[in-house]
Amino acid sequence: MKTTLKFTAAAAVVLAVGACASQPEPVEQVEEQEVVEVVDNTPTVTEPVEAEPVAPTGPAAGSLEDFRVNVGERVYFDLNGYRLDTDDQEILKRQAAWLESYPAVRILVAGNCDERGTREYNLALGERRASIVKDYLVSLGVNPSRIDTISYGKERPIAAGSDEQAWALNRNGFTQLVSGTTS
Amino acid sequence: MTRILTMLMLAVLMPLSLAMPAAAQLQVRVDEGNFKPTPLAIPDFEVRGENAEMAQDIADVVRADLESTGLFDIQNPASFIQKDLSIDVQPRFPDWRIIQTEGLVVGAYEELPDGKIAVSFRLWDVYGGEVMRINGQPGRRLTTTPDNWRRIAHKIADSIYTRLTGEDPYFDTRIVYIAETGPKTERVKRLAIMDSDGANQQYLTPGTNTVLTPRFSPSAQEITYMSYEGGRPRVYLFNIETGRQELLGNFPGMTFAPRFSRDGQSVLMTQAQGGNSEIYLMNLRTRQSRRLTDHPAIDTSPSMSPDGRAIVFTSDRGGSPQLYIMNTDGSPRTCPSGGRDVACRITFNKGQYSTPVWSPRGDLVAFTKQLGGRFYIGVIGIDGKGERLLTEAYLDEGPDWSPNGRVIIYFRESRPGAGPQLWSVDLSGRNERRVPTQTDASDPAWSPLLE
Repeated sequence: MKTTLKFTAAAAVVLAVGACASQPEPVEQVEEQEVVEVVDNTPTVTEPVEAEPVAPTGPAAGSLEDFRVNVGERVYFDLNGYRLDTDDQEILKRQAAWLESYPAVRILVAGNCDERGTREYNLALGERRASIVKDYLVSLGVNPSRIDTISYGKERPIAAGSDEQAWALNRNGFTQLVSGTTS
Repeated sequence: MTRILTMLMLAVLMPLSLAMPAAAQLQVRVDEGNFKPTPLAIPDFEVRGENAEMAQDIADVVRADLESTGLFDIQNPASFIQKDLSIDVQPRFPDWRIIQTEGLVVGAYEELPDGKIAVSFRLWDVYGGEVMRINGQPGRRLTTTPDNWRRIAHKIADSIYTRLTGEDPYFDTRIVYIAETGPKTERVKRLAIMDSDGANQQYLTPGTNTVLTPRFSPSAQEITYMSYEGGRPRVYLFNIETGRQELLGNFPGMTFAPRFSRDGQSVLMTQAQGGNSEIYLMNLRTRQSRRLTDHPAIDTSPSMSPDGRAIVFTSDRGGSPQLYIMNTDGSPRTCPSGGRDVACRITFNKGQYSTPVWSPRGDLVAFTKQLGGRFYIGVIGIDGKGERLLTEAYLDEGPDWSPNGRVIIYFRESRPGAGPQLWSVDLSGRNERRVPTQTDASDPAWSPLLE
């Protein structure tokens, strides 16, 4: 029985080696062909630049898009947690600085939870998360009258999945600009 | 021939039945460990009128109600030997003993001259060979308008259930819940109501605002729930008959987790502000509120004892969500641990506990438990002893009691990504079953017995 097994295994190895030896050739040929096709033979056309130079493209300063892209609108919490780690604090410092530049902006801080908790406890936990974010922004000089808070508990997930990755995204404090943006 | 056989069998059985003490009458024991459903025959009702279909429908609802308890084995009509049953004539017991039926329901449907309908029924103890009296009477007759036919059916099922088990009835009740539609990230949640068996589903709110956690008043006329109306999560009162909604209280911050006091005079709720949640009791007449808890931790999900003297609630004051009991008047209690405190923790096993609901009988608290990535519905004694887990799933949450304290309704997500559905389970942990709804459904609450 053992002998048979060994023989079979040996045969499998031989077969596998054989397969390896013969297969790679066509693959390399395909790559060579692709390299040839990359060479661009079309004639170069020179056109005069007529447009005036503009400022680098990107979100308009003071806009919602500016806040989203250049500042960050969410901080993320640990499982059942409501502490702000250094990454969260960095984002909130950028938010506070941005809010200082655009004093007409009012915000709503929403506390969100993942689906792995019960509804009412999560409503309370979301309220606690929103308050922690608000308190930190206030400690950085943002006028508390510019900040409202709300808890959505587990009612407003941003990731639809039911796995660790989705839950981590759904445990967040979301700073929503409600008014006073430039666009 | 049949008659002779019958007489012979009667002669044989008579001394036996005479020898049996009255207590040996047919009795279904709901808590028996080694459980076997009791065989029960409910033949189609005798029809005295035009609408044979309605007579049939009523009998079907009675059968379905009793079958849903898991306590009865409703016999297949094909096995019935006696076809000439009449409500006023004693059935031929041997015909029913042969098919091993223990209880026999004989009913008659009538159409009355004033347009109403009436259903009469008798419950027979097949082995005892006698009629089972209900409230001292040898049968019952119920009259109503034809559009109310389902309620007559539920009341008949309630009578039979109560007579056979000794438990209070619960079929003639309603269930309020949250109907859910749409993708997970844009869920639409509407307040919905239906009969206890899932019939007559109705939507009470349009879904423009997210609504959560509805609960019945003891009169079954009003619901208290939380709505995001106007962008603020707050507790409302909803009148089922008028459809009118009314904000409860004028608290800063948010209010949520409402539940009526047992006398219906007050509503318990949670108010959260500045990262702290506390429990309040609001008198519905004076609109005055009193704060019951005073702790920087989360205190929420209050539920009152039947005597109104204590509440059970969720708190994470010990580091994780656990269940606590405190006196409604705030006076200290003697805790399960032996010490005296204003709030006594009653859950000490591994895991997180929340959504406590005090049982109508007062001795148990139903809860949601989280442990090792699974969710459970369980019950525990108010002294913190005798924890029993009844269900387990990816998500089982939000139990509520049938008004007789025998059955627990809750919602379940059977696997990751599955929408929530309503389920019920017997207090024994037996008879786990889906409660049908048209859409995904969560946050069920059971009404008291209807008037």
